[in-house]
Amino acid sequence: MTINAAIVQSRLDPKDAVVDEICPAGEPWMHLIKRGQVMRILDLEGNQAADTLFYNADDPQERYSAVDTIQRQAALYLGVGTQLISTEGNVLLTIVADTCGRHDTLGGACAQESNAVRYALEKRFMHACRDNFMSGLQHDHSHDWNKRDITHNINFFMNVPVTSQGGLTFEDGISAPGKYVELRAEMDVICLISNCPQLNNPCNAYNPTPVRLLIWDAQA
Amino acid sequence: MTITPVPPGPVLWEETVPGGCHWSGVVRRGVSLRLADLEGGANCSMLIYNFEEKSERYNMPDTLKAQHTAYLTSGHVCYSDMGRVLCSITADTAGWHDTVCGASDDGLIARKYGTRRYQEHRNDMTRSAKEGLLKELGRWGLGKRDLHANLNLFSKVIADEAGGLHYVPGHSRAGAHLDLRFEMHALVVLSASVHPLDPASVYAPTPVKLTAWRSGTAPADDPCRNRCGENRRGFINTERYFAQ
Repeated sequence: MTINAAIVQSRLDPKDAVVDEICPAGEPWMHLIKRGQVMRILDLEGNQAADTLFYNADDPQERYSAVDTIQRQAALYLGVGTQLISTEGNVLLTIVADTCGRHDTLGGACAQESNAVRYALEKRFMHACRDNFMSGLQHDHSHDWNKRDITHNINFFMNVPVTSQGGLTFEDGISAPGKYVELRAEMDVICLISNCPQLNNPCNAYNPTPVRLLIWDAQA
Repeated sequence: MTITPVPPGPVLWEETVPGGCHWSGVVRRGVSLRLADLEGGANCSMLIYNFEEKSERYNMPDTLKAQHTAYLTSGHVCYSDMGRVLCSITADTAGWHDTVCGASDDGLIARKYGTRRYQEHRNDMTRSAKEGLLKELGRWGLGKRDLHANLNLFSKVIADEAGGLHYVPGHSRAGAHLDLRFEMHALVVLSASVHPLDPASVYAPTPVKLTAWRSGTAPADDPCRNRCGENRRGFINTERYFAQ
Protein backbone atom coordinates (compact mmCIF):
# COMPACT_ATOMS: atom_id res chain seq x y z
CA MET A 1 0.00 0.00 0.00
CA THR A 2 1.24 3.47 -0.85
CA ILE A 3 1.31 5.95 1.95
CA ASN A 4 2.12 9.31 0.44
CA ALA A 5 2.30 11.43 3.55
CA ALA A 6 5.52 13.09 4.57
CA ILE A 7 7.60 11.94 7.50
CA VAL A 8 8.87 14.94 9.43
CA GLN A 9 10.95 14.54 12.57
CA SER A 10 10.67 16.92 15.50
CA ARG A 11 13.58 18.92 16.87
CA LEU A 12 12.01 19.21 20.30
CA ASP A 13 13.77 17.56 23.23
CA PRO A 14 11.62 15.74 25.81
CA LYS A 15 13.90 17.21 28.51
CA ASP A 16 12.44 20.64 27.73
CA ALA A 17 8.80 19.56 27.86
CA VAL A 18 6.57 21.25 30.45
CA VAL A 19 4.22 18.25 30.49
CA ASP A 20 5.40 14.66 30.13
CA GLU A 21 2.78 12.11 31.12
CA ILE A 22 1.75 8.57 30.35
CA CYS A 23 -1.88 7.85 29.56
CA PRO A 24 -2.39 4.15 30.30
CA ALA A 25 -4.29 1.91 27.89
CA GLY A 26 -8.03 2.50 28.01
CA GLU A 27 -7.91 5.76 30.01
CA PRO A 28 -9.03 9.33 29.24
CA TRP A 29 -6.68 12.34 29.32
CA MET A 30 -7.78 15.97 29.26
CA HIS A 31 -5.48 18.98 29.14
CA LEU A 32 -5.35 22.64 28.19
CA ILE A 33 -2.92 23.48 25.41
CA LYS A 34 -2.12 27.17 25.10
CA ARG A 35 -1.71 28.96 21.79
CA GLY A 36 1.82 28.36 20.51
CA GLN A 37 2.43 25.30 22.64
CA VAL A 38 3.30 22.08 20.86
CA MET A 39 1.80 18.76 21.89
CA ARG A 40 3.25 15.36 21.05
CA ILE A 41 1.33 12.09 21.15
CA LEU A 42 3.77 9.21 21.20
CA ASP A 43 2.70 5.64 20.39
CA LEU A 44 4.85 3.79 22.94
CA GLU A 45 4.25 0.21 21.86
CA GLY A 46 2.78 0.61 18.36
CA ASN A 47 -0.62 0.56 16.60
CA GLN A 48 -2.43 2.18 19.49
CA ALA A 49 -5.33 4.46 18.53
CA ALA A 50 -5.48 7.79 20.36
CA ASP A 51 -9.07 9.00 19.88
CA THR A 52 -8.81 12.76 20.21
CA LEU A 53 -11.17 15.74 20.42
CA PHE A 54 -10.27 19.44 20.59
CA TYR A 55 -12.32 22.42 21.80
CA ASN A 56 -11.72 26.16 21.76
CA ALA A 57 -10.88 26.67 25.45
CA ASP A 58 -12.70 30.00 25.59
CA ASP A 59 -15.85 28.81 23.81
CA PRO A 60 -16.16 25.01 23.60
CA GLN A 61 -19.16 25.29 21.28
CA GLU A 62 -16.40 25.81 18.76
CA ARG A 63 -14.73 22.43 18.44
CA TYR A 64 -12.81 20.16 16.12
CA SER A 65 -14.80 19.30 13.01
CA ALA A 66 -13.76 16.19 11.11
CA VAL A 67 -15.85 17.12 8.08
CA ASP A 68 -14.64 20.72 7.93
CA THR A 69 -11.05 19.48 8.19
CA ILE A 70 -11.65 17.02 5.34
CA GLN A 71 -13.48 19.66 3.29
CA ARG A 72 -10.89 22.42 3.73
CA GLN A 73 -8.02 20.14 2.70
CA ALA A 74 -10.03 18.11 0.19
CA ALA A 75 -8.31 15.10 1.72
CA LEU A 76 -9.38 12.24 3.96
CA TYR A 77 -6.19 11.53 5.87
CA LEU A 78 -4.30 13.72 8.29
CA GLY A 79 -0.56 14.29 8.14
CA VAL A 80 2.13 16.97 8.37
CA GLY A 81 0.71 20.32 7.33
CA THR A 82 -2.90 19.36 7.98
CA GLN A 83 -4.80 22.17 9.65
CA LEU A 84 -7.38 20.93 12.13
CA ILE A 85 -10.44 23.04 11.34
CA SER A 86 -13.10 24.02 13.84
CA THR A 87 -16.86 24.11 13.41
CA GLU A 88 -16.45 27.88 12.91
CA GLY A 89 -13.94 27.41 10.10
CA ASN A 90 -10.94 28.45 12.21
CA VAL A 91 -7.62 26.62 12.57
CA LEU A 92 -7.42 24.95 15.99
CA LEU A 93 -4.04 23.25 15.57
CA THR A 94 -1.58 22.38 12.82
CA ILE A 95 0.27 19.06 12.51
CA VAL A 96 3.94 20.09 12.53
CA ALA A 97 5.75 16.76 12.86
CA ASP A 98 4.78 13.18 12.18
CA THR A 99 6.74 9.95 12.01
CA CYS A 100 3.70 7.77 11.32
CA GLY A 101 2.52 9.23 7.99
CA ARG A 102 -1.23 8.89 8.13
CA HIS A 103 -3.98 9.43 10.68
CA ASP A 104 -7.71 8.83 10.45
CA THR A 105 -10.69 11.07 11.13
CA LEU A 106 -13.48 9.05 9.49
CA GLY A 107 -13.61 6.11 11.87
CA GLY A 108 -15.03 7.89 14.89
CA ALA A 109 -14.79 6.46 18.37
CA CYS A 110 -15.89 3.10 19.66
CA ALA A 111 -18.94 3.17 21.91
CA GLN A 112 -20.78 0.48 23.80
CA GLU A 113 -23.63 0.92 21.33
CA SER A 114 -21.49 0.69 18.20
CA ASN A 115 -19.64 -2.31 19.62
CA ALA A 116 -22.99 -4.06 20.07
CA VAL A 117 -23.81 -3.35 16.41
CA ARG A 118 -20.40 -4.14 14.98
CA TYR A 119 -19.44 -7.23 16.95
CA ALA A 120 -22.27 -8.78 19.02
CA LEU A 121 -25.08 -7.55 21.25
CA GLU A 122 -23.35 -9.00 24.33
CA LYS A 123 -20.24 -6.82 23.71
CA ARG A 124 -22.24 -3.87 25.06
CA PHE A 125 -20.58 -3.94 28.44
CA MET A 126 -16.99 -3.77 27.25
CA HIS A 127 -15.10 -0.55 27.95
CA ALA A 128 -15.21 1.89 25.03
CA CYS A 129 -13.89 5.30 23.96
CA ARG A 130 -17.20 7.08 24.35
CA ASP A 131 -17.20 6.18 28.05
CA ASN A 132 -13.78 7.80 28.35
CA PHE A 133 -15.07 10.93 26.60
CA MET A 134 -18.14 10.92 28.88
CA SER A 135 -15.95 10.49 31.94
CA GLY A 136 -13.60 13.29 30.92
CA LEU A 137 -16.47 15.71 30.34
CA GLN A 138 -18.54 14.65 33.39
CA HIS A 139 -15.64 15.33 35.76
CA ASP A 140 -14.58 18.63 34.20
CA HIS A 141 -16.51 21.48 35.79
CA SER A 142 -15.00 24.26 33.71
CA HIS A 143 -17.88 24.13 31.22
CA ASP A 144 -21.42 22.81 31.03
CA TRP A 145 -20.53 19.72 28.98
CA ASN A 146 -22.93 17.05 27.81
CA LYS A 147 -23.17 14.26 25.23
CA ARG A 148 -23.85 16.76 22.44
CA ASP A 149 -20.25 17.90 22.86
CA ILE A 150 -18.88 14.50 21.90
CA THR A 151 -18.32 14.93 18.21
CA HIS A 152 -16.39 13.09 15.50
CA ASN A 153 -12.81 12.67 16.61
CA ILE A 154 -9.36 12.09 15.18
CA ASN A 155 -7.87 8.62 15.47
CA PHE A 156 -4.16 9.27 15.68
CA PHE A 157 -2.13 6.27 14.48
CA MET A 158 -5.14 4.59 12.87
CA ASN A 159 -5.30 3.57 9.23
CA VAL A 160 -8.77 3.53 7.65
CA PRO A 161 -8.22 3.50 3.88
CA VAL A 162 -11.02 4.37 1.47
CA THR A 163 -10.94 3.00 -2.07
CA SER A 164 -11.96 4.96 -5.18
CA GLN A 165 -14.99 2.64 -5.31
CA GLY A 166 -16.01 3.89 -1.87
CA GLY A 167 -15.01 0.85 0.15
CA LEU A 168 -13.85 1.43 3.71
CA THR A 169 -11.73 -0.94 5.74
CA PHE A 170 -9.83 -0.95 8.99
CA GLU A 171 -6.33 -1.97 8.10
CA ASP A 172 -3.56 -2.95 10.43
CA GLY A 173 -1.94 0.17 11.73
CA ILE A 174 1.05 1.73 10.03
CA SER A 175 2.34 2.95 13.34
CA ALA A 176 5.08 1.28 15.37
CA PRO A 177 6.71 1.66 18.78
CA GLY A 178 8.09 5.17 19.21
CA LYS A 179 6.19 6.82 16.36
CA TYR A 180 4.66 10.18 17.17
CA VAL A 181 2.66 13.11 15.90
CA GLU A 182 3.10 16.74 16.97
CA LEU A 183 0.57 19.54 16.84
CA ARG A 184 0.98 23.26 17.37
CA ALA A 185 -1.99 24.98 18.97
CA GLU A 186 -3.16 28.01 16.97
CA MET A 187 -5.53 29.04 19.78
CA ASP A 188 -6.00 27.93 23.39
CA VAL A 189 -7.55 24.48 23.11
CA ILE A 190 -8.83 21.78 25.43
CA CYS A 191 -7.60 18.37 24.34
CA LEU A 192 -9.63 15.29 25.30
CA ILE A 193 -8.11 11.90 24.49
CA SER A 194 -9.48 8.42 24.90
CA ASN A 195 -6.62 5.98 24.71
CA CYS A 196 -8.72 3.40 22.92
CA PRO A 197 -9.69 0.28 24.92
CA GLN A 198 -11.06 -1.65 21.91
CA LEU A 199 -10.47 -5.39 22.31
CA ASN A 200 -12.49 -6.54 19.30
CA ASN A 201 -10.46 -5.10 16.43
CA PRO A 202 -7.30 -6.71 15.04
CA CYS A 203 -5.87 -3.31 14.04
CA ASN A 204 -4.23 -3.01 17.48
CA ALA A 205 -3.49 -6.73 17.74
CA TYR A 206 -6.26 -6.89 20.40
CA ASN A 207 -3.82 -5.29 22.79
CA PRO A 208 -4.38 -1.67 23.86
CA THR A 209 -1.19 -0.02 25.09
CA PRO A 210 -0.17 3.29 26.73
CA VAL A 211 0.64 6.55 24.96
CA ARG A 212 3.02 9.29 26.15
CA LEU A 213 1.88 12.91 26.03
CA LEU A 214 4.28 15.82 26.01
CA ILE A 215 3.75 19.57 25.78
CA TRP A 216 6.38 22.21 25.04
CA ASP A 217 5.95 25.92 25.54
CA ALA A 218 5.95 28.20 22.52
CA GLN A 219 9.43 28.45 21.03
CA ALA A 220 11.03 31.87 21.22
CA MET B 1 -37.77 18.46 -16.08
CA THR B 2 -37.97 14.70 -15.69
CA ILE B 3 -40.87 13.40 -13.63
CA THR B 4 -39.86 11.16 -10.75
CA PRO B 5 -42.00 8.00 -10.41
CA VAL B 6 -44.95 8.16 -8.05
CA PRO B 7 -44.20 6.53 -4.67
CA PRO B 8 -45.74 3.11 -4.02
CA GLY B 9 -48.32 4.36 -1.54
CA PRO B 10 -50.85 7.16 -0.97
CA VAL B 11 -48.97 10.44 -0.65
CA LEU B 12 -49.24 12.09 2.78
CA TRP B 13 -47.72 15.36 1.66
CA GLU B 14 -45.22 16.80 -0.75
CA GLU B 15 -43.16 19.93 -0.81
CA THR B 16 -40.47 21.38 -3.06
CA VAL B 17 -37.54 23.06 -1.36
CA PRO B 18 -36.13 25.70 -3.73
CA GLY B 19 -32.38 25.66 -4.41
CA GLY B 20 -30.47 27.24 -1.52
CA CYS B 21 -33.43 27.02 0.87
CA HIS B 22 -33.82 24.93 4.03
CA TRP B 23 -36.50 22.78 5.63
CA SER B 24 -37.13 20.70 8.73
CA GLY B 25 -39.92 18.46 9.90
CA VAL B 26 -40.88 15.33 11.78
CA VAL B 27 -41.02 12.08 9.85
CA ARG B 28 -42.59 9.28 11.87
CA ARG B 29 -41.50 5.67 12.11
CA GLY B 30 -43.13 3.80 9.25
CA VAL B 31 -43.21 6.79 6.92
CA SER B 32 -40.95 7.01 3.88
CA LEU B 33 -39.57 10.19 2.41
CA ARG B 34 -38.63 10.42 -1.25
CA LEU B 35 -36.10 13.12 -2.12
CA ALA B 36 -35.96 13.98 -5.79
CA ASP B 37 -33.39 16.01 -7.70
CA LEU B 38 -35.75 17.88 -10.01
CA GLU B 39 -33.27 19.59 -12.33
CA GLY B 40 -30.06 17.56 -11.93
CA GLY B 41 -26.93 18.49 -9.99
CA ALA B 42 -28.78 19.05 -6.71
CA ASN B 43 -27.14 18.77 -3.30
CA CYS B 44 -29.13 18.24 -0.13
CA SER B 45 -27.23 18.59 3.14
CA MET B 46 -29.20 16.62 5.73
CA LEU B 47 -29.11 15.87 9.45
CA ILE B 48 -31.34 13.38 11.26
CA TYR B 49 -32.23 13.24 14.99
CA ASN B 50 -34.37 10.99 17.18
CA PHE B 51 -37.38 13.25 17.63
CA GLU B 52 -38.00 11.92 21.16
CA GLU B 53 -34.43 12.46 22.40
CA LYS B 54 -32.61 14.84 20.13
CA SER B 55 -29.18 14.18 21.59
CA GLU B 56 -29.44 10.91 19.66
CA ARG B 57 -28.46 11.79 16.11
CA TYR B 58 -27.17 10.52 12.79
CA ASN B 59 -23.62 9.30 13.24
CA MET B 60 -21.46 9.29 10.15
CA PRO B 61 -18.57 7.14 11.48
CA ASP B 62 -20.86 4.50 12.98
CA THR B 63 -22.87 4.36 9.74
CA LEU B 64 -19.76 3.90 7.62
CA LYS B 65 -17.99 1.46 9.95
CA ALA B 66 -20.97 -0.84 10.42
CA GLN B 67 -21.46 -1.20 6.67
CA HIS B 68 -17.82 -0.95 5.52
CA THR B 69 -18.60 1.85 3.12
CA ALA B 70 -17.45 5.41 2.57
CA TYR B 71 -20.67 6.51 0.79
CA LEU B 72 -24.36 5.72 0.95
CA THR B 73 -26.81 4.13 -1.49
CA SER B 74 -29.76 1.72 -1.50
CA GLY B 75 -29.36 -1.18 0.93
CA HIS B 76 -27.58 0.99 3.46
CA VAL B 77 -29.08 2.34 6.66
CA CYS B 78 -28.31 5.50 8.64
CA TYR B 79 -27.24 4.74 12.21
CA SER B 80 -27.64 6.93 15.24
CA ASP B 81 -24.88 7.21 17.84
CA MET B 82 -26.98 4.88 20.03
CA GLY B 83 -26.65 1.86 17.75
CA ARG B 84 -30.12 2.20 16.28
CA VAL B 85 -31.32 2.57 12.70
CA LEU B 86 -32.83 5.99 12.05
CA CYS B 87 -33.74 5.24 8.45
CA SER B 88 -33.08 2.80 5.63
CA ILE B 89 -32.27 3.69 2.04
CA THR B 90 -34.82 1.58 0.18
CA ALA B 91 -34.34 3.03 -3.31
CA ASP B 92 -31.71 5.17 -5.01
CA THR B 93 -31.33 6.06 -8.67
CA ALA B 94 -28.35 8.39 -8.12
CA GLY B 95 -26.09 5.62 -6.78
CA TRP B 96 -23.83 7.57 -4.46
CA HIS B 97 -24.44 10.05 -1.67
CA ASP B 98 -21.60 11.76 0.16
CA THR B 99 -21.39 11.97 3.94
CA VAL B 100 -17.76 12.92 4.63
CA CYS B 101 -17.44 16.47 3.29
CA GLY B 102 -19.65 18.47 5.66
CA ALA B 103 -21.74 21.47 4.70
CA SER B 104 -20.86 24.63 2.79
CA ASP B 105 -20.57 27.61 5.13
CA ASP B 106 -20.81 31.37 4.60
CA GLY B 107 -17.02 31.77 4.39
CA LEU B 108 -16.77 29.20 1.62
CA ILE B 109 -19.65 30.77 -0.32
CA ALA B 110 -17.99 34.20 -0.04
CA ARG B 111 -14.58 32.88 -1.17
CA LYS B 112 -15.89 30.79 -4.06
CA TYR B 113 -18.81 32.75 -5.41
CA GLY B 114 -18.92 36.12 -3.72
CA THR B 115 -21.76 36.94 -1.39
CA ARG B 116 -25.06 38.06 -2.88
CA ARG B 117 -26.71 40.07 -0.12
CA TYR B 118 -30.41 40.26 0.59
CA GLN B 119 -30.18 44.05 0.34
CA GLU B 120 -29.41 43.88 -3.37
CA HIS B 121 -30.71 40.47 -4.39
CA ARG B 122 -33.71 39.81 -2.13
CA ASN B 123 -34.51 36.08 -2.17
CA ASP B 124 -31.94 35.46 -4.87
CA MET B 125 -29.27 35.95 -2.18
CA THR B 126 -26.59 33.32 -1.53
CA ARG B 127 -27.33 30.87 1.28
CA SER B 128 -24.85 28.37 2.69
CA ALA B 129 -25.91 24.88 3.72
CA LYS B 130 -24.56 25.27 7.26
CA GLU B 131 -26.50 28.48 7.94
CA GLY B 132 -29.66 26.82 6.63
CA LEU B 133 -29.15 23.85 8.93
CA LEU B 134 -28.53 26.13 11.91
CA LYS B 135 -31.70 28.13 11.25
CA GLU B 136 -33.74 24.95 11.12
CA LEU B 137 -32.05 23.50 14.23
CA GLY B 138 -32.95 26.67 16.11
CA ARG B 139 -36.64 26.00 15.45
CA TRP B 140 -36.41 22.84 17.57
CA GLY B 141 -34.33 24.25 20.41
CA LEU B 142 -31.11 22.91 18.94
CA GLY B 143 -27.94 24.77 18.00
CA LYS B 144 -24.31 24.58 17.07
CA ARG B 145 -23.57 21.70 19.45
CA ASP B 146 -26.05 19.63 17.45
CA LEU B 147 -24.41 20.35 14.12
CA HIS B 148 -22.70 17.09 13.26
CA ALA B 149 -21.40 15.36 10.13
CA ASN B 150 -24.22 15.57 7.61
CA LEU B 151 -25.31 13.70 4.52
CA ASN B 152 -24.86 15.38 1.15
CA LEU B 153 -27.54 13.68 -0.88
CA PHE B 154 -27.02 13.52 -4.67
CA SER B 155 -23.32 14.44 -4.42
CA LYS B 156 -20.46 12.09 -5.28
CA VAL B 157 -16.91 12.61 -4.08
CA ILE B 158 -14.28 9.94 -4.61
CA ALA B 159 -10.95 9.46 -2.85
CA ASP B 160 -7.67 8.68 -4.59
CA GLU B 161 -5.05 6.40 -3.06
CA ALA B 162 -3.45 9.22 -1.11
CA GLY B 163 -6.81 10.29 0.27
CA GLY B 164 -7.23 13.30 -2.02
CA LEU B 165 -10.90 13.99 -2.70
CA HIS B 166 -12.41 14.60 -6.12
CA TYR B 167 -15.94 15.89 -6.68
CA VAL B 168 -17.70 14.17 -9.58
CA PRO B 169 -19.57 16.81 -11.64
CA GLY B 170 -22.85 15.88 -13.28
CA HIS B 171 -23.33 12.85 -11.03
CA SER B 172 -27.01 13.27 -10.25
CA ARG B 173 -29.38 13.58 -13.21
CA ALA B 174 -32.73 15.32 -13.35
CA GLY B 175 -35.33 13.03 -11.83
CA ALA B 176 -32.87 11.07 -9.67
CA HIS B 177 -34.38 10.13 -6.32
CA LEU B 178 -33.72 8.24 -3.17
CA ASP B 179 -36.21 6.86 -0.67
CA LEU B 180 -35.58 6.98 3.07
CA ARG B 181 -37.80 4.66 5.10
CA PHE B 182 -37.85 5.94 8.66
CA GLU B 183 -37.42 3.31 11.35
CA MET B 184 -37.63 5.85 14.20
CA HIS B 185 -39.60 9.05 14.82
CA ALA B 186 -37.13 11.47 13.31
CA LEU B 187 -36.48 15.16 13.11
CA VAL B 188 -35.15 15.75 9.60
CA VAL B 189 -33.25 18.97 8.92
CA LEU B 190 -32.03 19.82 5.44
CA SER B 191 -30.59 22.51 3.27
CA ALA B 192 -30.70 22.42 -0.55
CA SER B 193 -27.54 24.48 -0.90
CA VAL B 194 -24.33 23.68 -2.74
CA HIS B 195 -21.84 20.93 -1.92
CA PRO B 196 -18.64 22.36 -0.42
CA LEU B 197 -16.38 20.73 -3.03
CA ASP B 198 -18.54 21.52 -6.07
CA PRO B 199 -16.09 23.26 -8.45
CA ALA B 200 -18.84 25.17 -10.29
CA SER B 201 -17.88 28.83 -10.52
CA VAL B 202 -21.46 30.10 -10.31
CA TYR B 203 -23.67 29.76 -7.25
CA ALA B 204 -26.74 28.00 -8.65
CA PRO B 205 -28.28 25.51 -6.18
CA THR B 206 -31.24 23.56 -7.55
CA PRO B 207 -34.50 22.38 -5.93
CA VAL B 208 -35.24 19.15 -4.12
CA LYS B 209 -38.75 17.73 -3.93
CA LEU B 210 -39.91 15.88 -0.82
CA THR B 211 -42.72 13.33 -0.96
CA ALA B 212 -43.91 11.40 2.10
CA TRP B 213 -46.01 8.26 2.22
CA ARG B 214 -46.88 5.60 4.75
CA SER B 215 -44.68 2.61 3.94
CA GLY B 216 -44.41 0.69 7.20
CA THR B 217 -41.06 -0.32 8.70
CA ALA B 218 -38.55 -2.95 7.59
CA PRO B 219 -40.09 -6.40 7.12
CA ALA B 220 -38.22 -9.56 8.19
CA ASP B 221 -36.88 -10.17 4.69
CA ASP B 222 -35.85 -6.55 4.09
CA PRO B 223 -32.59 -6.13 2.12
CA CYS B 224 -31.38 -3.26 4.33
CA ARG B 225 -31.99 -5.28 7.50
CA ASN B 226 -30.28 -8.34 6.07
CA ARG B 227 -27.39 -6.59 4.36
CA CYS B 228 -25.00 -7.66 7.12
CA GLY B 229 -24.96 -8.92 10.69
CA GLU B 230 -24.34 -5.36 11.85
CA ASN B 231 -27.63 -4.17 10.35
CA ARG B 232 -29.56 -7.10 11.80
CA ARG B 233 -28.29 -6.08 15.24
CA GLY B 234 -29.05 -2.42 14.55
CA PHE B 235 -32.67 -3.33 13.78
CA ILE B 236 -32.87 -5.45 16.95
CA ASN B 237 -31.73 -2.43 18.96
CA THR B 238 -34.30 -0.25 17.18
CA GLU B 239 -37.15 -2.69 17.74
CA ARG B 240 -36.26 -3.05 21.43
CA TYR B 241 -36.52 0.73 21.73
CA PHE B 242 -40.07 0.56 20.37
CA ALA B 243 -40.90 -2.49 22.55
CA GLN B 244 -41.36 -4.70 19.53
